[in-house]
Amino acid sequence: MKFESPATTNPIDQLKIVGQSVSRIDGPLKTTGTAPYAYERHDVVANQAYGYVVGSAIAKGRIKSIDLGAAKAAPGVLAIVTADNAGKLDKGRLNTAKLLGGPEIQHYHQAIAVVVAETFEQARAAAQLIRVDYAAEQGAFDLASLLDKAKPNPITAGPADTAVGDFAANFAAAPVRLDARYSTPDEAHAMMEPHATIAAWEGDKLTLWTSNQMIAWNKAEMAKILGMRAENVRLDSPFVGGGFGGKLFPRADALLAALGARAAKRPVKVALQRPLMFNNTTHRPATIQRIRIGATRDGKITAIGHESWSGDLPGGKADGAVAQTRLLYAGAHRMTATRLATLDLPEGNAMRAPGEATGMMALEIAVDEMAEKLGMDPIEFRILNDTQVDPEKPERPFSQRQLTECFRTGAERFGWSKRNPQPGRVRDGRWLVGIGAAAAFRNNLLTKSAARVRLDNGGIVTVETDMTDIGTGSYTIIAQTAAEMMGVPLEKVKVRLGDSAFPVSAGSGGQWGGNNSTAGVYAACVKLREAVAQKLGFNSAEAEFADGEVRSGNRRVPLAQAAADGGLSAEDEIEYGDLAKKYQQSTFGAHFVEVGVDAATAEIRVRRMLAVCAAGRILNPKTARSQVIGAMTMGVGAALMEELVVDKRTGFFVNHDLAAYEVPVHADIPHQEMFFLDETDPMSSPMKAKGVAELGICGVAAAVANAVYNATGVRVRDYPITLDKLLEQMPDVG
Amino acid sequence: MKSFTYERARNPAEAAASVLRKPDAKFIAGGTNLLDLMKLEIETPAHLIDVNGLALDKIEPTAEGGLRIGALVRNTDLAADSRVRRDYAVLSRALLAGASGQLRNKATTAGNLLQRTRCPYFYDTNQPCNKRRPGSGCAAIGGFSRQHAVVGGSEACIATHPSDMAVGMRALDATVETVRPDGATRAIPIAEFHHLPGSTPHVETALSPGELITAVTLPKPVGGTHIYRKVRDRASYAFALVSVAAIVQRDGTGRVALGGVAHKPWRIESADSQLPRGAKAVMAELLSGARPTRENAFKLSLAERTLGAVLTEAKG
Repeated sequence: MKFESPATTNPIDQLKIVGQSVSRIDGPLKTTGTAPYAYERHDVVANQAYGYVVGSAIAKGRIKSIDLGAAKAAPGVLAIVTADNAGKLDKGRLNTAKLLGGPEIQHYHQAIAVVVAETFEQARAAAQLIRVDYAAEQGAFDLASLLDKAKPNPITAGPADTAVGDFAANFAAAPVRLDARYSTPDEAHAMMEPHATIAAWEGDKLTLWTSNQMIAWNKAEMAKILGMRAENVRLDSPFVGGGFGGKLFPRADALLAALGARAAKRPVKVALQRPLMFNNTTHRPATIQRIRIGATRDGKITAIGHESWSGDLPGGKADGAVAQTRLLYAGAHRMTATRLATLDLPEGNAMRAPGEATGMMALEIAVDEMAEKLGMDPIEFRILNDTQVDPEKPERPFSQRQLTECFRTGAERFGWSKRNPQPGRVRDGRWLVGIGAAAAFRNNLLTKSAARVRLDNGGIVTVETDMTDIGTGSYTIIAQTAAEMMGVPLEKVKVRLGDSAFPVSAGSGGQWGGNNSTAGVYAACVKLREAVAQKLGFNSAEAEFADGEVRSGNRRVPLAQAAADGGLSAEDEIEYGDLAKKYQQSTFGAHFVEVGVDAATAEIRVRRMLAVCAAGRILNPKTARSQVIGAMTMGVGAALMEELVVDKRTGFFVNHDLAAYEVPVHADIPHQEMFFLDETDPMSSPMKAKGVAELGICGVAAAVANAVYNATGVRVRDYPITLDKLLEQMPDVG
Repeated sequence: MKSFTYERARNPAEAAASVLRKPDAKFIAGGTNLLDLMKLEIETPAHLIDVNGLALDKIEPTAEGGLRIGALVRNTDLAADSRVRRDYAVLSRALLAGASGQLRNKATTAGNLLQRTRCPYFYDTNQPCNKRRPGSGCAAIGGFSRQHAVVGGSEACIATHPSDMAVGMRALDATVETVRPDGATRAIPIAEFHHLPGSTPHVETALSPGELITAVTLPKPVGGTHIYRKVRDRASYAFALVSVAAIVQRDGTGRVALGGVAHKPWRIESADSQLPRGAKAVMAELLSGARPTRENAFKLSLAERTLGAVLTEAKG
């Protein structure tokens, strides 16, 4: 099905099941421990051996020699794979660094060996007997010292440099100006489930039971790396314990399980050890950003410029921090610039709202600072500079843009009018109290997605697609879609996900999974409805599918009857025309945060949070809310504590476990409120939905930062905002 | 993890004797720290002697009017004991500020005293660490040192002791009771129990080989207002940047011990005498000779400000 013109009325609009707050259909499996994650799939193949990964002890250089003698002789050891005996390996198209290093080492904890043994404990003990002699080289590890050497680098959302009008002249001429520098640190996905894979070979066919967000990408990538035909690789990933972008691409667990299984001649399972994950896998790269805003005295932005520097391994990509500044606020004269420095730190790559999250962390502080310079309320300043068209291409409207409505609704619900605009004036016992707001803004991405739908003679509808559920609720919204389309209750729908044998879906990433994957299911269901109508002698255009029946006029036939003499199956794919070119499709929100800052210690604790979001049709308010409050939590982490600390001497992230890389715990997160504005977006898909999961993190950290400023009068522009950055400027205590 | 043998000890003397027979043996109680370290091969005992069956899990009054806390009393139980909450509230509060509920259920009194530093370079076996591999150097000096010691450190080590409980015990002048393999017992004042790093940061306590902690005794209650204030980046499950254990009497005199600033719970009795003159006066003495790094210099003013807030709170 090609989606080329705005959606009109369709069966989804009935909203009998879609749009309802349905609990996750996979919930009972999760809560009873019967949704097996990759490493726990003991039943898929017999005789599984265990692999343990050895990471490089240096960041850059070469392995001079590896002594495997003691490890090979250790109890239970079946095989040891290193670059020396792995055979020829290609590099994946989506990876910057090799998944198996040696002799050249590209980053700290790059995998250099996997030890396969009868038990996990034997594999680990043997791995610790491997002795490696390295020739370390000095690498580049300090982004701040490399700004002059950074080179223009295009980002996913556009070229390295963008310009509209004459930014320099108009910024210089603006009566009110802000020119400030911000930084965001390297961050880890720190998802609950580590990267894990069970691999088994059958002749030249490889099966990987793994934990992955993008099945089709990774099937192709694994085939490329191993020099195989793609049809000989199967991935299966029905349950994923979080990914946040860290499982978009193949990682060492999958490759080393495959290589280990080949060497040991039996199935092998590998999970990345937690202390290895932070340096071995990808992370959100650090940025240094400069934002300049020029405005008239009455608050109209005339010039806005955003530059960002980040670093990556040779051949890597820049963080897209500037992307949202091209679209968020009006202003005739604009520029962005993206620069990339070469670093020898682990590979930077996508993490929840890649670019958007880091850019909004800086931009939405800058806007708060600018409002203060103008003596304006920061929300009124944003509303004054709102735009309903792409500021770079005024002929191109937004399909829907309710940013102002989000702010107005949020301000009312949060009690914004009670905010004291003078910072440092509100006290509640030992706490200095402040309120801050920030815009949330993330684009809606369209990508094709296929599904297969089958009806059996019991009236059960089974959906199969390689879509993944990374904790987001994909199972549930896909079931809701099929149930609505086929006119059956939710219990009559079975959803099977994550198997590369199924039709290729959008996968989970870029907040594109929900809208695209359900649109693909919609397309397949339209075909199945036609097949059913034809079989039962209905005119498919007139047939109504409801209550397990097909109806038209006075005639009603049980749906199951269409499959009486064998199942009916239909497969289709949603594809998109140029609506995304004609209309800018985005999702919007407004974040509100109240913090308390301890007057003595400068400890920051979030007291209240609210997000108001407008993101197209909300397919399931319950699972969508979960996505947004989870993202808000992650935003608090980014604001207050998350930082992969670089040892700039030797080039690695020092705090590489969950004790030292702090993310918010329950005690850090107060009651969170979130509210969706009514919206349907006929430009997005027949579902009229858009993504929400990354929208939720965009802007949260800036709202926290702005609240901290309102509480204390101390403006911190370098994340995370830890107490040591406030302490010097805090009021005296007795 | 290296392979190890395992036994369950039946009484303290037998446990102490057994550990002496097997040179690479260690005692295990809650195991909340030791097992993690064994998995990383930071600890590599060849033999484990499980002391959980030694019946050292009682809290009893002493003849002197204090309390004797068995070495195996779980942190949760100690924090919840009504006598501790009434007479030694600083200890109860310190315990509850540490770790998580699950860990406190498992962690023991003796094990808490013996937990090892959380320095990230200590935990990464690729890095030099004089505590882990004597003579290899200290990566934290000149590296990521935000959490590290500001006082009492050495050229060899700037690690901190991570315990909250021990800071409370230091303020209470607790005594550590032990038994040695030959059956001899002794009582070690908590002030002398933990060592400063000096040139031997791997030697962390006064315990001799095979010596087993049997109890911690608290002297007669001293009254006063008990406060434990732990400052950290997140609200729970994080090690202290700075913590303050204070016992303040109505006349403004009292005691103060700091956590998060040194290789051991940090208290100097002469600094206590400055309490009536305020936090600045106390810290001038307590942190005199401090040698912070660029990354943790903030702990000096943080400690002073935190004590200031504690003293304000104590005045009620």
